[in-house]
Amino acid sequence: MKNIIILGWQTLKKPSAYYSLGALVIGGFIAGIIFWGGFNTALEVTNTEEFCISCHEMEDNVYEEMKATIHFTNRSGVRATCPDCHVPHNWTDKIARKMQASKEVWGMIFGTIDTREKFLAHRRGLAENEWRRLKANDSLECRNCHNFDYMDFTEQSERASYQHSTALADGEKTCIDCHKGIAHQLPDMKGVEGW
Amino acid sequence: MKNLNLAVIASLLVLTVSPVLYSLSANAADKETVNSVATLRDHTPIMVQREPNAIPKVINKDIKQGRNYPMQPPVIPHTIRGYEVNKSNNKCMSCHSRHRTEKSQAPMVSVTHYMDRDGNFLAEMSPRRYFCNQCHVTQLDAKPLVENTFTDMHSLMKEKSKAEKH
Repeated sequence: MKNIIILGWQTLKKPSAYYSLGALVIGGFIAGIIFWGGFNTALEVTNTEEFCISCHEMEDNVYEEMKATIHFTNRSGVRATCPDCHVPHNWTDKIARKMQASKEVWGMIFGTIDTREKFLAHRRGLAENEWRRLKANDSLECRNCHNFDYMDFTEQSERASYQHSTALADGEKTCIDCHKGIAHQLPDMKGVEGW
Repeated sequence: MKNLNLAVIASLLVLTVSPVLYSLSANAADKETVNSVATLRDHTPIMVQREPNAIPKVINKDIKQGRNYPMQPPVIPHTIRGYEVNKSNNKCMSCHSRHRTEKSQAPMVSVTHYMDRDGNFLAEMSPRRYFCNQCHVTQLDAKPLVENTFTDMHSLMKEKSKAEKH
């Protein structure tokens, strides 16, 4: 085993004797495009709703619950899909989130939440993960669509415009502080701030 | 004898026809007055699918409304789409409960909601008052089907005392 590694390293260290520099550079460039493009395509495939709800855990629980909410069906027909809210849009953050998601693959394989009962038992913890993430990044995924600078307070109800022009405007609160459970049902909220 | 026979036939005729005529005229009256508040089908023939009415919008003005009849539970002046009231949560209580109203400035639920049926006070909301929507409802921006002629007690007493003065 050790010999093979040493042999491999020595091969890599040696200057190329047979191939021209041009062939290596162009070949490397093309290979780079193929690998990088393939990687990104695969990444985007995992970033679609079809992929998310290909597991029954997602399709039977959170997706079903979302169908009745305003983020699924509304007057203008704009809708949010799973990754719009649950995956950061920024590349580095996205990769970080995707690495965390490997734990979800583990959960899928070993059936951590493969029944409704198990899912409900884990719901508070799962919800807290998302609340913590959105609190930490100042509700970045909300703000990808809901831009505070373009909010028209006169179009909002009195209560909404009051809260948005005070607590939200001076940064005391962020979206998720008040808007919990807008896309999925809530866990038991005992002890949560504001409940 | 012949005359008598004719009279009998005539009277029989009248007896058989008059209920039909009467019911016809009564039906016409029904449609205009008695049945002016129709069913949702609104006289659509049974074999025809009726075009449904547009669904009115929920009133979302946050302005308290008067009662429409004595002891009416106050109506909800805002939308409650997606509000969960179930075993684990009561979204309404996140603003209207006794320890949240200072922050939310929403009307506080009355003390009766904390009483059991024997009048004992509980630390938490009484289970029989837990499901807000059993009594409190939102209002729709729609034309009322029947006019409400309710006058509350105070206006009645005011009118009475006015009449006595004159």
